[in-house]
Amino acid sequence: MLKPSLRRRRLPKFTDQLAIWLNQHVQSALATLGRLLDTPLPTGMTVAVIGISLALPGALYVLADNLRTLAGGWNQTAAISLFLQYDIDDAAANNLAERLRQLPEIAQVQVITRESALEEFRALGGFEEALEQLKNNPLPVVLAIYPQPNYATPEQLEVMQDKLLKLKEADFARMDTVWLQRFQAILDLIQVGVILLGVLLGIGVLLIIGNTIRLEILNRCIEIEIMELVGATAAFIRRPFLYAGAWYGLLGGLTAWLLVTLALVLLQTPVSRLASLYRSEFELSGLGFTATFIVLMSSISLGLIGSWVAVNRHLRGAEPS
Amino acid sequence: MILFDHVFKRYPERGEALTNISFEMKVGEMAFLTGHSGAGKSTLLRLIGLLERPTRGQILVNGRDLATLPQAQIPYHRREVGMIFQDHRLLQDRSVFDNVALPLVVAGLPHKEVGRRVRAALDQVGLLKRERAIPVALSGGEQQRVGIARAVVGRPPVLLADEPTGNLDPDLSKEIFQLFERFQYVGVTLLIATHDLALVKSMHYRTFTLGDGRLINDTRGW
Ligand SMILES: Nc1ncnc2c1ncn2[C@@H]1O[C@H](COP(=O)(O)OP(=O)(O)O)[C@@H](O)[C@H]1O
Ligand SMILES: [Mg+2]
Repeated sequence: MLKPSLRRRRLPKFTDQLAIWLNQHVQSALATLGRLLDTPLPTGMTVAVIGISLALPGALYVLADNLRTLAGGWNQTAAISLFLQYDIDDAAANNLAERLRQLPEIAQVQVITRESALEEFRALGGFEEALEQLKNNPLPVVLAIYPQPNYATPEQLEVMQDKLLKLKEADFARMDTVWLQRFQAILDLIQVGVILLGVLLGIGVLLIIGNTIRLEILNRCIEIEIMELVGATAAFIRRPFLYAGAWYGLLGGLTAWLLVTLALVLLQTPVSRLASLYRSEFELSGLGFTATFIVLMSSISLGLIGSWVAVNRHLRGAEPS
Repeated sequence: MILFDHVFKRYPERGEALTNISFEMKVGEMAFLTGHSGAGKSTLLRLIGLLERPTRGQILVNGRDLATLPQAQIPYHRREVGMIFQDHRLLQDRSVFDNVALPLVVAGLPHKEVGRRVRAALDQVGLLKRERAIPVALSGGEQQRVGIARAVVGRPPVLLADEPTGNLDPDLSKEIFQLFERFQYVGVTLLIATHDLALVKSMHYRTFTLGDGRLINDTRGW
């Protein structure tokens, strides 16, 4: 026969309490995961919706990241092309280049001789006949001027351009960076888009998880009531729902990562073909460690917050009327 | 062990369900609670298990003043009060074992201890062989015994039963009441609501009679 304990229960020792607490958490987390996997179809659908929602900002982020890498490569192209007067020959141009190299704001000057310019022009194709007609080379010498990195803001380049145009050898100058700056502006725009889309879809994920947990609570209200009858604390009853939210978040985040990675794998071949056409070494980069970490952390947080809101709205605890 | 001191319970919608109830039950005492349907039997039991709070008056259970018990302490109080219901309140999708284990799991007992105690409780109600069954596979009497095993598995000093034999035939009812007597022998305080008056009379225990929310009779057993 089970003897009842007549004394009021002693409070367990702190270490015992800690062990119970830890044990309950581990059990609850695993049991909740098992419960989710027991119903693969509804769980899978919820996870897929979360995954797709998070994959969109993730993919946009990867796009922006790759474009930035690409733009970084283009920074190596000359910032200013200085076209010299037609009567300046290669030797004079070399002298000028040497003088310009002494200036603190200039990193490098490349002399593109008339001959090499013509060669390059020929290589482009389609102009052979027109070039045949010409008796002498119509192209001037061009100096490709690369500024020091700390002299490369648009304003500083503007100043440099004015200064270069004052040279008596100079004919006209072209800034190669204007379109690069436009490109930069577009990148900034995409970045804002990533944040905006991330916030919007994040709220969506929050609502999806909140609603899923709400339905789960309603489904299990009889079980909850019985657990309260036999002495379950509010924390004990909340715990599996909070874990369910966290699991949904984690699985959704992993799905998002998988979708983005899969898209990158599919794009890798066409992109490298395109890059090779442009004689570029460019290669697509994926989410990377930090971004993956951020995606997973934010998806778990969204899951926890969503379920926490649902749990607080729909679970009152063992409250007598 | 259980003390009611001028207790009133009023439901906003239905008026007074209990009026000026006072009584005391000693440790290890077993008593019946009878009265017509709607007399307030369930309400009285629900007050002891803190499923309801009284409108007025004081209730002490196991030395604990229920009026001042903080919300967060209610689960711990319920672990000391085993409750048995006419409709069993079992989890239909869980095995007999899991149902009986619930109070221990909820209290965070170690796995091994849970298994040991659940089997001991099932052994007492004679259902050791059915631990893997689910409740629907059991007869009404067996389901009630699962409910009893669940109520006693945490070894609570107080056991409450609300018409536990309401749906059972006389023989099965008799068996259930004999089971309750065995708990009384080991010092559990039992309060059993029932309107099976024949059985109550045959068992010679203290009997409270409620009528329209008032305690109209309190007859001692032998
Ligand atoms: N949750 C409740 N809300 C409102 N009225 C209730 C509630 N529970 C019981 N009552 C009322 O209280 C009175 C006593 O009910 P109850 O305690 O269930 O009686 P018994 O168990 O003796 O049949 C009845 O009039 C009933 O209608
Ligand atoms: Mg009743």
